[in-house]
Amino acid sequence: MTAPTQPSATPDLLYTRDEEDLRSAVRALLTDRADAPTVIAATESDTPYDPRLWSSLATGIGAAGLLVPEELGGQGASHREAAVVLEELGRAVAPAPYLTSSVVATETLLALGADGGPAGALLGELASGTRTAVLAVPFATAPARVDTALASLDGTVRGVAEAAAADVLLVPTAEGLYAVGTTDPGVAVQPLVPLDLTRPLSAVTLTGAAGTLLADADASTAAVRRGLLAGAGLLASEQLGLAEWCLTETVRHTRERHQFNRPVGSFQSLKHRMAHLWLEVVSARAAARNAADALATGSPDAPLAVAVAQAYCSGVAVHAAEECVQLHGGIGMTWEHPAHLYLKRAKADSIAYGTAGSHRRAVAELADLPAP
Amino acid sequence: MSRAIDAAEVRRRTRELLAAHPPATTGRTDFLRARFDAGLAWVHYPVGLGGLDAPRSLQQVADAELAAADAPDNDPRRIGIGLGMAAPTVLGFGTDEQKRRFLRPLWVGEEVWCQLFSEPGAGSDLAALATRAVRDGSGDWIVDGQKVWTSSAHLARWAILIARTDPDQPKHRGISYFICDMTDPGVEVRPLRQITGEAEFNEVFLTGVRIPDSHRLGPVGEGWKVARTTLMNERVSIGGSRIPREGGMIGPVARTWRERPELRTPDTHQRLLTLWVEAEVARLTGERLRQQLVAGQPGPEGSGMKLAFARLNQEISGLEVELLGDEGLLYGDWTMVRPELVDFTGRDAGYRYLRSKGNSIEGGTSEILLNIVAERVLGLPAEPRNDKDVAWKDLSR
Repeated sequence: MTAPTQPSATPDLLYTRDEEDLRSAVRALLTDRADAPTVIAATESDTPYDPRLWSSLATGIGAAGLLVPEELGGQGASHREAAVVLEELGRAVAPAPYLTSSVVATETLLALGADGGPAGALLGELASGTRTAVLAVPFATAPARVDTALASLDGTVRGVAEAAAADVLLVPTAEGLYAVGTTDPGVAVQPLVPLDLTRPLSAVTLTGAAGTLLADADASTAAVRRGLLAGAGLLASEQLGLAEWCLTETVRHTRERHQFNRPVGSFQSLKHRMAHLWLEVVSARAAARNAADALATGSPDAPLAVAVAQAYCSGVAVHAAEECVQLHGGIGMTWEHPAHLYLKRAKADSIAYGTAGSHRRAVAELADLPAP
Repeated sequence: MSRAIDAAEVRRRTRELLAAHPPATTGRTDFLRARFDAGLAWVHYPVGLGGLDAPRSLQQVADAELAAADAPDNDPRRIGIGLGMAAPTVLGFGTDEQKRRFLRPLWVGEEVWCQLFSEPGAGSDLAALATRAVRDGSGDWIVDGQKVWTSSAHLARWAILIARTDPDQPKHRGISYFICDMTDPGVEVRPLRQITGEAEFNEVFLTGVRIPDSHRLGPVGEGWKVARTTLMNERVSIGGSRIPREGGMIGPVARTWRERPELRTPDTHQRLLTLWVEAEVARLTGERLRQQLVAGQPGPEGSGMKLAFARLNQEISGLEVELLGDEGLLYGDWTMVRPELVDFTGRDAGYRYLRSKGNSIEGGTSEILLNIVAERVLGLPAEPRNDKDVAWKDLSR
């Protein structure tokens, strides 16, 4: 009988000193430019993005080019470092098109093998942070389920994340993968009202738009799958950072808040709920690091590592955010307190790049546990 | 000191040991004694006590050389309590004479150890224990009381024992820690049959057991502090080992799923996948903890690992019994036996289901562990307590 596939090598699940330095830089920037009142105010404006934050993160720190080799204008780092950036962005629920542009669109272009063509030029621009691009597929698309391509550059794709602020759309069609400028004739990016206000969604409508063909249909499907796999894998790190913030804030609040002449955090029913959450966060960290390391090393175990991380971390982030609201009591229900930003982001993230259920379906296939 | 101990030096010393005592022609006990004397038993222990004062991570260098040479090992599963709990406590609190007397036969396996801690009236609240130790005119201690959940008591030569030496002090302050001779005529060991039908554990009745003062570990009245070292090591040994993918309780049920398609249902499929993912994540969490320990950055994750494995073992084995349907109605064997080794994943699904119920009770209940995580890791306020400053004899029982 088939044995379970064993990981080909032992993953490095820790953080390197460089990764911790990168974390410090990103956290300092976000503390400075994306505190909770700033983010809440931004979600009430036309666009939640802060261009100065993006240029400091993408260009100043160089985070936009982490996945891109140096010869293509990037930093020549890996998914491990990008995962650390996403942990911090998740912790701050900061609006920034990092996951969509610097991870998914960038990985999709990298998969095409940029050899000087238009894909290579665009990759350099994305890596430098001077332009952003998004993959024109619904945000809910799971890596294993890329059957949503348009027949041609004609039609509507709903639920595209962060298209409104992007310069370029990467559009998979039955003819292949196109790059289309968002301000080109025949391109309409219509904002939707998203559950998660920190990550805008749009309906993208193409009516006879002219685009640049980057790859044929087969290469396009493979590249999009790889882009989404990286997105799903690193989304786990965003979920980890988000959950960690929720736990830390809930512990802080319940230590300070007094009822019945005691800190509410001294009641055992609350302590046990937070202890359970701590264990979930600790476990999510192992799962997220494993996925990031598998993507970074190009491990054959990567699809399973990503599916496991998504099947697990989605639920942890939602649970942490829900507990955060409940254990904050009335204040947790207010618009003024940032808990709702985390709840909305966590719930949206649990659908993004495939639900936990769809990732469990991938596990069934990859770990040889077939359906009845 | 001669030269610094590094991997090459450990390898050199291991090869020297193997050359001087070829495993093929050396008796098992003689080989293990020689290995202990060469400092290759546990390299992080002090020189002269089975170690080399070397980093713990170098043990794997010696182990790999020894395994390649087919050298006998000390069957660590048979002497787990001695290795995991008694040894670190003797090392941490014993006199030089106690360390010299006890550690070598403990490691070699010539003397099995057990642990006399829990009592019928002192489980989670272990510090409330009622077994008394009273000093007689000769200076020896005379011990009376009852202990419970003692594995290996019927095989053990020695026990680590905590007993009350001063009932007028608050409960944590009147306890002392002893090494108890299990061959003393006042020690009576009775098997304790459990819900699986077998008796892994014992009840131990202590009646006028005589312990010389030279077998006390640590100062009189400070036994609780000593016991905490023992218990910390217990949790590390329960939750800290490395396992391969599908290495735990999920292995048997995943194999059943693959081999017996006729048992599969949509409901059990969803539950299996959820548990498979959680088991894989728990495995990775354990692996991350191991990497932190190797890198010299121990985290508080250890206390969480036991919580995770207890819940997973119970849920997975529960699913397995249900998945088996008609066969899940049967049980392998209710015969009362006293197994020498405990294997949580051994025997049949029904056994696994019942045995795993103990995983959230033994070595600290899950509820107590959650308190520990909440208070020591998260820094949440302690439970309000009314027993801290009251003499033990005045506590309600």
